Amino acid sequence: MYESMILRTIARLMLPLLLLLSLFMVVRGHHLPGGGFVGGLLASAAIILQIVAFGPDYAREIIPVNYLRVAATGVGFAACWGLLALVQGQPFMAARWLDTPIPGIGKLGTPVMFDIGVYLTVIGVTTQLALVLAEEPTLYPLRRSPPPQTEPMAPEA
Amino acid sequence: MTFILSLVVGTLFAGAAYLMLRRSLVKLILGLVLLSHGTNLLLFLMGDGVVKGMPPFVDEATGVTPTVAADPLNQALILTAIVINFGFTAFILSLAYRTNQAVNSDDLDDMVETDRL
Amino acid sequence: MANHLFFPLLVPLLSAVLATLVGQRRVIARSIALAAVLFDLGYSIWLLFAVGATGRMVTQADDFAAPFGISLVADGLSAIMLTLTSIMMLVTVLYSFSTVSPYRERYYYYPLLLLLLFGCGGAFLTGDLFNLYVWFEVLLVASFGLITLGGERGQLEGGLKYVVLNLMGSTSFLIGAGLLYGVAGTLNMAHLAERLGTLQQPGIVTAVAGFFLFAYSSKAGLVPVFFWLPTSYHTPTVAVSALFSGLLTKVGIYALYRVFGTVFQRELERYGTLILVIAALTMVIGVMGAMAQVNVRRILSFHIISQVGYMIMGLGLVGVAGLAAGILYMVHHIVVKTALFMIGGTAEYLAGTGELKQMGGMARREPILAGLWLLASFSLAGLPPLSGFFGKLGLIQVGLDQGQWLMVGVAAVVSLFTLFSMLKIWNEVFWKRANVDQTAMPRASALLIAPSALLVALSIAIGFGASPVLRYSRYSAEQVFNTQSLVQDVCGPAGCDAVTSTANNQ
Repeated sequence: MYESMILRTIARLMLPLLLLLSLFMVVRGHHLPGGGFVGGLLASAAIILQIVAFGPDYAREIIPVNYLRVAATGVGFAACWGLLALVQGQPFMAARWLDTPIPGIGKLGTPVMFDIGVYLTVIGVTTQLALVLAEEPTLYPLRRSPPPQTEPMAPEA
Repeated sequence: MTFILSLVVGTLFAGAAYLMLRRSLVKLILGLVLLSHGTNLLLFLMGDGVVKGMPPFVDEATGVTPTVAADPLNQALILTAIVINFGFTAFILSLAYRTNQAVNSDDLDDMVETDRL
Repeated sequence: MANHLFFPLLVPLLSAVLATLVGQRRVIARSIALAAVLFDLGYSIWLLFAVGATGRMVTQADDFAAPFGISLVADGLSAIMLTLTSIMMLVTVLYSFSTVSPYRERYYYYPLLLLLLFGCGGAFLTGDLFNLYVWFEVLLVASFGLITLGGERGQLEGGLKYVVLNLMGSTSFLIGAGLLYGVAGTLNMAHLAERLGTLQQPGIVTAVAGFFLFAYSSKAGLVPVFFWLPTSYHTPTVAVSALFSGLLTKVGIYALYRVFGTVFQRELERYGTLILVIAALTMVIGVMGAMAQVNVRRILSFHIISQVGYMIMGLGLVGVAGLAAGILYMVHHIVVKTALFMIGGTAEYLAGTGELKQMGGMARREPILAGLWLLASFSLAGLPPLSGFFGKLGLIQVGLDQGQWLMVGVAAVVSLFTLFSMLKIWNEVFWKRANVDQTAMPRASALLIAPSALLVALSIAIGFGASPVLRYSRYSAEQVFNTQSLVQDVCGPAGCDAVTSTANNQ
């Protein structure tokens, strides 16, 4: 946690902006630079910014989810969309697309859904890493071994 | 360009070797990070030469395949390697942190408990 | 297209996800893990017979044509390894129920085991060199988690060395893969085997093969780069170290067999002598290291190194016969080593310590455990009619056929020393009178003994039914060396270069 007026104001402003930008990256990612990984990193950067500015407790409050579960769900979600082709008798991950593009988003298909799974996984893993490392000093206070004793131990009765 | 990048790869590997031979745990980890960067750059060099600004796409208007294009596979390999290294670096940093708490030292020579007879 | 090849990967992955989501409820996590492992076991046994009947099975992930996408290839060697992995995982999961502390179980023990299964399955099934690297990393990261789970001081120290040295091995693998891609322009193993045969740059390929040799050696625990193994394998819980002892180094051996048998055939002939020298040194140094140790699991860790030398000897005796003997030895070793780790670990778990000096009297207290130990250790040393005898016999026969007298001599002498070490543990742990008070020591429950009994029974079964196992390992060794049929199975009858050149002309 870093007590700075400027940092806190900017962090508050940047949170929705970065989250929106991350969603934009995921949606645009299939045909242009971007994608689930970059989007996920942007979203977790938004949350990590809150950790830096307000501390881990606040960061857990603004999006109250278990990030490890988010990551696991993301992996499962990504794998499940690959199953679609497997059920239809084609190799795992073979792409399936909707015929008509959806206005504003573009064509939807299993690779896009896979990317959303990646997005969730990256958010989950990266944020969980940062949160655990930030909370570590309070969860496990530093256990320094006691200084070596100079006087001999008292004989036990 | 290839020549300069080869030099950079060599320098990264040399730095990594130097850091990894030090006794400090943190320097060892920094050495591993440099090693992975050097490897990524090496992968980058290993395509069909370094081609600037030639994406491997068919031209939408004319339908012509470009004769010279950047190799897309290297990018995929490097991205994979970067993600893997990202995870491993995070893991090994937290492991080093915990080890430092348990051993109360940054010196690798103090970490001999499991080797002692 | 054999699309069912995705199942042994998807089931552990999805079960790991589920087990993570229910992380705090132990019973559910346990049953998910058990169900996934049982599925994998059933599938891999079916695959074993199916591959034996019909030959290689191939599928392409994402439906990309062969040398462009990632191929999954299952041949005899893959099927054997997959089956053994599932058996070891089953035994470990059963053993974990009674030995792993609830604290560790809550911290995602079962998801990590399932991820390890996922990574091993992928490594055994992939037909792409870079993909093999990725699978190695998947199983490595799961093993990192397992080896440090619990966070005791020994685990952290041992784990740190394990992590650092394995990462260096992985980096060498990556460098090798990158350089090979620069030289040959492909990473599909079938395509590589086709292209390297005609490539006019033998020197560069030999050097690149050296990177792979180093990388896999450091995973397998061969001589100059084995130090991570004895310093870390005795630190985690018994179930974990039993699993690692059987599986992890053998993934390195599998990669050596696969990559040098299929891709680098010419380089294998060139490196053959070097590999034999490494094998001899590995055997001798491993067994000598074991003699100095005074802790049960550390003695056994050093024996892993020594035994890995035999498997490499199979590769160094270049040819189908040598590789077949190596595969047979590997099958025997995985079963017996895990059994020994479990029996020794059970004794350690009961006695509360692994130091030989503070143990003893186990033969009187736990006669079944002691009997199992004797059988397993005789099998490791190679007494007939147990599985180890046929493993060593095969290797020594091939060695004699090729006139490698020195190598055969070393192999024979080392197995004598192995017997010595095993008898040392027998004397100290089981036979001698205990010199500490053992009245409070718990008794071994049936659930503690059953997994190792299962493995010892399997070892005896391999010993008595050696000829089908030998036939199967010969069949898989032939498949590994037969690049022509591999190329045809993966890329179609015209070969991989034909596929790429038509794609270029379109």
